[in-house]
Amino acid sequence: MKTFYLRELAHARSGDKGDINNVGVIAYEPHYYPLLRQWLTPARVKAHFGGIVKGPVTRYELPKVNALNFVLEGALGGGVTRSLSIDPHGKSYSALILTIPVEVPPDLAQELIERGRRPIDAG
Amino acid sequence: MATNAHSGRVLRIGAGASYAGDRVGPATELARHAKLDYLVYETLAERTIALAQLQRLKNPDAGYNELLDDRFYAALPHCRKNGTRVVTSMGAANPVGAAKRTADIIRELKLAPMKVAAVLGDDVLEYCLAYRDELKLMETGRPLASLEGKIVSANAYMGADVMVDALQQGADIVLTGRVGDCSLFLAPMIHEFGWKMDDWNLLGKGQTGADMVECGANVSGGFFADPGYKEVPDLGNLGYPYLEVSADGTIVVTKVAGTGGLINRATCTEQMLYEIHDPANYITPDVVVDFSDVTLDEVGPDRVMIKGGRGKPRPAQLKVSVGILEGWIGEGMITYAGLGCVERAKLAEKVVRERLEIEGVRLQELRVDYIGLNALHGEASLPRQGAPYEVCLRFAGRARDKRDAVKLANEVETLVGKGPASSSIPTKTVREVLAIYSCLVPRDIIRHQVVMTEVA
Repeated sequence: MKTFYLRELAHARSGDKGDINNVGVIAYEPHYYPLLRQWLTPARVKAHFGGIVKGPVTRYELPKVNALNFVLEGALGGGVTRSLSIDPHGKSYSALILTIPVEVPPDLAQELIERGRRPIDAG
Repeated sequence: MATNAHSGRVLRIGAGASYAGDRVGPATELARHAKLDYLVYETLAERTIALAQLQRLKNPDAGYNELLDDRFYAALPHCRKNGTRVVTSMGAANPVGAAKRTADIIRELKLAPMKVAAVLGDDVLEYCLAYRDELKLMETGRPLASLEGKIVSANAYMGADVMVDALQQGADIVLTGRVGDCSLFLAPMIHEFGWKMDDWNLLGKGQTGADMVECGANVSGGFFADPGYKEVPDLGNLGYPYLEVSADGTIVVTKVAGTGGLINRATCTEQMLYEIHDPANYITPDVVVDFSDVTLDEVGPDRVMIKGGRGKPRPAQLKVSVGILEGWIGEGMITYAGLGCVERAKLAEKVVRERLEIEGVRLQELRVDYIGLNALHGEASLPRQGAPYEVCLRFAGRARDKRDAVKLANEVETLVGKGPASSSIPTKTVREVLAIYSCLVPRDIIRHQVVMTEVA
């Protein structure tokens, strides 16, 4: 099994509401979506974000647009308007989620490599 | 080229701005070339209206969008020529002041006759102060009265109905304070197509389209580019989007041909999920929107058709943003470079922490960032190979008392000359914290009012 960054499979955008951040993750191709759905569990996303997310992570599925929406509570340093971070909105969290390593089955890995995408262990 | 699957009239609504300081030119471009029926400028982030309220307290004529002059001098001649009406939240904390200034501009540009409406009713500060023991904050679950600091503003998110009222009275320009962002776009749809205010599915479709453009260029290639993965043509000349709305709620999102950026399924999906929690229950003042079954079809170059949005009955309560002065933030930054730069930055951190102790500086919270290493994502950052060539050390601290925030910034400043060797010149800032909290109020306490100015 080869491992790729999520960035090779999906794109993302994040936004804010108070102390809550949400990250939409969208599969580049419809046939990547089942793998994302299986791999990107709320627990895995929360673990990947380390100490950034103080509260629960909830996942919503949008199969018609091949997307997952993650809602991260307590993720903005107490709220956009009082945060001390240089990214008080968490607009860069979309980049963080794309650094999640994803184990990709051989067929799909081959397809990604043919598209010029490289697995993590290839450097 | 056929613009929609259904025949009949198509309403064209442009998104000319998505925050207070947004670019001016793209809206003018829309007004000139997009044959718009309506041009919408959404200019209020959560905190903007509270800041505007502070400006108004200092100067009773201020408190509306600071770029109103720039925007209207450039766009109104085209709007007048093309029969485009304007709906905007540029009124901020002073819609009447904004209308007065707009009337002056219309006279000066000789665009009369035009009707300018100021919509009032979002300011619920008195109500919130009267019920401060009962109103619960959505963030903490505790009453409004539990907040420490000075409450300076409370504004309810009004819905499309108040703007529809102004349009029905013949307004060419509608200036509001706090309204739902999407409601600015929904109001023209309701007004033009005669949609019923309880036709939840139609309103849901309208809001799905509105949501697509309420952040302006975020759907047309802004905040999207990632070289090698997501390319955006001519990003420096980004065109802002507009909607083509049919009476049945089918909507196409597109932009002016020849402008930069792009609109495709990927840009639309990113924007649809932006600032959304449960996609089946996106709460707006007018309708609870359900995006679950939305499909996005690329029907032409930079043209995406949105179908499948639905709606459920609107909420009984309206959200209120409460602005409160909570204290001060002091900030200082200094950059080290060359061999051993991270070690020198770490020593500098130690020095500042000791100085804060010695000086007895009282901070509620202190944050130290190593910009270049992990300032954005902390321990979640990918591990790096080797030392960086340079690193920016940043301190930010929140204090009740301004003097403590100033002292923190000064202790960073004095690192040059008194801290470790070889740094940049530090920079520092001290700013007041205007925090925003939210609560819900009953819808029926809002008594909106349309103040119409006829410029003859």
